[in-house]
Amino acid sequence: MYSWYKRNQIAATPWLFLIPALIMFAMYVIYPILQSFNLSLYKWDGLGDAEYVGLANYEKLLLRDRAFEISMWNNAKWLAFYLLAIPGGLFIALFLNQTVRGIRLYKSLFFFPFVISQIVVGLVFTWFYDPTFGLFNAIIGVVGLGPVNVLGDPQLATYGIIAAGLWPQTAYCMILYLTGLNAVDPEQIEAARLDGAKGMRMLWHVILPQLRPATFIAFVVTIIGALRSFDLISIMTNGGPFGSTRVLSFYMFEKSLSEYGFKMGYGAAIAVVLFLLMLIFIGYFLWRMYQDEKGGH
Amino acid sequence: MFPAPIEKASRGARITYQTMLPFVLVLWLAPLIAVALFSVRPAADFTAGNYWGLPSSWEFIANYGQVFTSSMPRYILNSFMITIPTVIGAVALSAMAGFALGVYRFRGNLILFFLFIAGNFVPFQILMIPVRDLTLDMGLYNTKTGLVLFHVAFQTGFCTLFMRNFIRALPFDLIEAARVEGIAEWRIFWFVVLPLMKPALAALAVLIFTFIWNDYFWAVVLTQGEAAQPVTAGITSFNAQFRAMYHLMSAGSIIAALPPVAMFFLMQKHFIAGLTLGAVK
Repeated sequence: MYSWYKRNQIAATPWLFLIPALIMFAMYVIYPILQSFNLSLYKWDGLGDAEYVGLANYEKLLLRDRAFEISMWNNAKWLAFYLLAIPGGLFIALFLNQTVRGIRLYKSLFFFPFVISQIVVGLVFTWFYDPTFGLFNAIIGVVGLGPVNVLGDPQLATYGIIAAGLWPQTAYCMILYLTGLNAVDPEQIEAARLDGAKGMRMLWHVILPQLRPATFIAFVVTIIGALRSFDLISIMTNGGPFGSTRVLSFYMFEKSLSEYGFKMGYGAAIAVVLFLLMLIFIGYFLWRMYQDEKGGH
Repeated sequence: MFPAPIEKASRGARITYQTMLPFVLVLWLAPLIAVALFSVRPAADFTAGNYWGLPSSWEFIANYGQVFTSSMPRYILNSFMITIPTVIGAVALSAMAGFALGVYRFRGNLILFFLFIAGNFVPFQILMIPVRDLTLDMGLYNTKTGLVLFHVAFQTGFCTLFMRNFIRALPFDLIEAARVEGIAEWRIFWFVVLPLMKPALAALAVLIFTFIWNDYFWAVVLTQGEAAQPVTAGITSFNAQFRAMYHLMSAGSIIAALPPVAMFFLMQKHFIAGLTLGAVK
């Protein structure tokens, strides 16, 4: 045994090193994805026997479920508006990219919201929006507006939650851009300045192309963040009012572990839809990374 | 540097910029500052409708003291007992996997690497039902161990991506030289590669600490009750207990948020290196 290992060391070592990670990953990530696909073809309350129903779950989901439709729309809203974190983060990064005294502390404090858990962010914003004592209504009250019960209004609630989510996400994008701005080639900037470029033109033609790696990562983490949104919804509105703030991930959770009986198969079907939606983006991200790999080696 | 350094601008512009900074910061953190102010108010202020004036008395010690006599310390302890083993497990597994994928050429290397990345991008909610079942079957439902095992497995994806890229950037000559000396492969990992990976280990440790501390979804899926739940889930029961007592709920939230914040300020450099995936240096 030992002498075999000695002879085949180079070939065997990587697998020995990979085994623990692979086992854990297969058991808790890869296999469950397949199981979700399988389970979505069954009707199951989580206790008794599962009953095979074919595509019935999907049929009901896609054709006859109003709540699913609302969740899909809300996911679309999350995707669209959450991306505002990228220009927002860039804007703050440009504002803070100076070398005055104490700027390091300012940068850290601007980044602060990202470090706090989304649960606390959710609580903070729930109180911020509160119609009786919230800061939000105190502010719009100054100009004679309100009071508005943001989270109690089915039309507004989702936007209110997305705004809360944008707070930490913008901070994240800001730090990505600050790091990126640090690495921008000063010679190119000087050369462009000599050519008379400045302001927006400089930003667009010289700076942004060099920030592309940062933009890519900001894009990846923001899309993933948008599709994973759950905590804020759970804490701020718990899906309400009247189910108007549900997204796919929340709806799936609600269906699978609802207090009115577990609908595991139906929940799995929702999960599969969410996964397929995500697959479009994952495919694109992986393709981009694969291109980099090929270029790099 | 872009935008043009403000030192080169006129004195007026410089002063405007420096007075704007604290102003903008207060605006940015306003929701949080509001909660911090709530947390030192007496209960009477809320009944009297004094939300935004000066607190009628400063109740810092009373409010925070009450948080510490509730079940909050228990939840915080749980959070530590979940977070620390996860950090160690995920960093250890991914250092090994990253070493394997970063140093060796073998068939399937790139496929495995992309499998880890892809798994890391998955919206983890889709794993919920099978992982909950698996945890129940293993008898680990409502235990810290069950939560730790899942977190280790899931974080391994992201960590392996990070470690592998970091190892790729190390000088390969060092490993070659060690091989020529006839040093065993596992010794190369332990004595050559691992010491060079210290910055990556630190970055991941800080980052994973924050991620896991802040996890809420898995905490509610895999645990319930005081025995195992971390503080993110515990805060909802805390809030239910102190319903409408905003001074206590505010103080509780601040306590719950504190450890990752402390971690961030202590290990800022590593934290940011981790966040930017090492891709933008």
